[in-house]
Amino acid sequence: MSFMKSILGGAAALALGAGAALADPAIIFDLGGKFDKSFNEAAFTGAQRWADETGGSFREIELQNEAQREQALRRFAEAGSNPIVMAGFAFADALGKVAPDYPDTKFAVIDVNWLSMPNVRGIGFNEHEGSYLVGMMAAQASESGVVGFVGGMDIPLIRRFGCGYAQGVKAVNPNATVIANMTGTTPAAWNDPVKGSELTKAQISQGADVVFAAAGGTGVGVLQTAADEGILSIGVDSNQNYLHSGKVLTSMLKRVDIAVYEAFTAGNNLETGNFMGAVGFAMDEHNASLVTADMQAKVEAAEAAIAGGSLSVHNYTDDETCPAVSF
Amino acid sequence: MDFLILIQVLDSTLRLATPLLLVCLAGLFSERAGIFDIGLEGKILAAAFVSAAVAYTTGSVWVGLLAGIGASVMLSAIHGLASITLKGDQIISGVAINFLAAGLTVVVAQAWFGQGGRTPPLQSGGRFEPINFPGAIPSKEMADVGPVMQLYSELLSGHSLLVYVALLTVPLSWFVLYQTRFGLRLRAVGENPAAVDTAGISVVGMRYAAVIICGVLCGIAGAYIATALQASFTKDMSAGRGFIALAALIFAKWRPWYALGACLLFGFFFAIDNRFQNILLPAWSLSGVLLLTAFGLAGYVWRKDLLDKIVLGGLGLGVAFVSVLIVASAWSAGLSTQIKIPVVFIQSLPYILTVVVLAGFVGKAIPPRSGGVPYVKEK
Repeated sequence: MSFMKSILGGAAALALGAGAALADPAIIFDLGGKFDKSFNEAAFTGAQRWADETGGSFREIELQNEAQREQALRRFAEAGSNPIVMAGFAFADALGKVAPDYPDTKFAVIDVNWLSMPNVRGIGFNEHEGSYLVGMMAAQASESGVVGFVGGMDIPLIRRFGCGYAQGVKAVNPNATVIANMTGTTPAAWNDPVKGSELTKAQISQGADVVFAAAGGTGVGVLQTAADEGILSIGVDSNQNYLHSGKVLTSMLKRVDIAVYEAFTAGNNLETGNFMGAVGFAMDEHNASLVTADMQAKVEAAEAAIAGGSLSVHNYTDDETCPAVSF
Repeated sequence: MDFLILIQVLDSTLRLATPLLLVCLAGLFSERAGIFDIGLEGKILAAAFVSAAVAYTTGSVWVGLLAGIGASVMLSAIHGLASITLKGDQIISGVAINFLAAGLTVVVAQAWFGQGGRTPPLQSGGRFEPINFPGAIPSKEMADVGPVMQLYSELLSGHSLLVYVALLTVPLSWFVLYQTRFGLRLRAVGENPAAVDTAGISVVGMRYAAVIICGVLCGIAGAYIATALQASFTKDMSAGRGFIALAALIFAKWRPWYALGACLLFGFFFAIDNRFQNILLPAWSLSGVLLLTAFGLAGYVWRKDLLDKIVLGGLGLGVAFVSVLIVASAWSAGLSTQIKIPVVFIQSLPYILTVVVLAGFVGKAIPPRSGGVPYVKEK
């Protein structure tokens, strides 16, 4: 009997141990959906890369509404997924509530770097710096001296994009005009390409000839209209140059894919704390004809200066003000 | 204001009002026949997806348009089946159609194209291109020509065919509803179906005809969004336009010409919000407008009963108070200080106006008497 017991106990322990070792990571995409050709898609790319390289599998869910945030988090945590990665700043509150309940589960959240919990890894991005670089690119490509910015939902994070962009523009051409518009104040602002188009047309009629879209699915409309009307656009988060080859000047990259890939690779050994992810701008065959070597060299010099600390870009969320543009 | 800017805003108004107008008229036909339709939003979305998907697959925008209309009519038929034949709750059926369309479009798009619930971008031929009138000049040269030419080239010319179709739908709807026997019967079915039945006309047939017309118009609106304004379908791209059209329908008191006015007005607000975002006004004019509103309210409630006096009088006092606050805060800096009207206020104006109309300030908005009630024959 006791022999039987120990065998059973051993088997149970083994099963539990195996369960823990085999725990699949999970990822939760935000309301834009995982194929938004932008932020969420970048997260998906990173997760997929991990799956392709390791042969592992991961669980995923695309949120349909705000109420599902906490629910989805708890479900994955209960099911033993580890680590659980969340794509989006909007998870901060839900995670703050859920994380203490599952001390053995590691969480990684992208675009949030202000939580300090023992089992949470926050990954922020210096969006203002990436935007600064594409802003320099925009100012160099613009002939009219007027460039546009279309934001999605009007939140401090998106203003940070706009502010960095405007600073980059002014750094190249101090007399340039930056027209900054926001799509809306509700989450529907991420999925309204028609309004994105109208904002772009309004900016074109005010003289803009390069438009930077930081607006999720709404940006699809911005890029489309820019291509239709024969002006240049700048994509965001993922490399969007291929959407309209030869008409998208560049894309501001937030390496969300790298952040997700690293979190998945680390697995249960995920280092917690707050970190900064990589930003940059996209160069490929689709925009090679639009960017001259001189333009690229200038922007790369600025990139190096930012990395080296000799150039600092004002961050909107530090003090809620922007020296280069008003919203 | 620069004349060209005004023209550009009106141009944008026309583009933004077109889907609203089509959907508003769609709702008008349905509701005038006594079938409330919350599912307009879902029908636009379904039509947008199917038209974009079929236009991409076949390479012909016309086949896409027909397919979009077909999808929308099919949802209309479901709504008809639930609310006319099976005598179910029209609101619930409409809400179900919205959910069905929101989910199904993305799932089918993912299974069909594998691009995550969107359709591949349409090439020319798969899209409704803008129609340029003879002699119209491109917008880049617009600043150098006279106002008449600007009006002609920017505002009248350069829209896709469906914009003109939508504008023509207004007199057509008016004619059908008010000048034909069919229209009289359709309106009668929404007011007093028993009387229509007594006259030997099929209530069920009339109501089905109305929801099918509603489906066709929503289909055109969806195709306009996905294949004329945009070049692909993206998730939830109707962005609440079906609901705004419902608001416009109430604002228009269920009349075709008023619907044109309401949709153009709503489109105008959206265009203003797109073009100007935060509007700066001198303090004195803002305060003046608010004071006038307060006086208007006071005058309106003068002869009303006590409850109206308390509620609306209180509202008027509040508005007057805000006006005084603005003057007081701007006093030290002078009365021509620029005060920012937030973009959110402009965006919410259509809804505020609808509430104003519903509250009975501008005449009365009376819905069709038998709206929302399934017709049951007396046995």
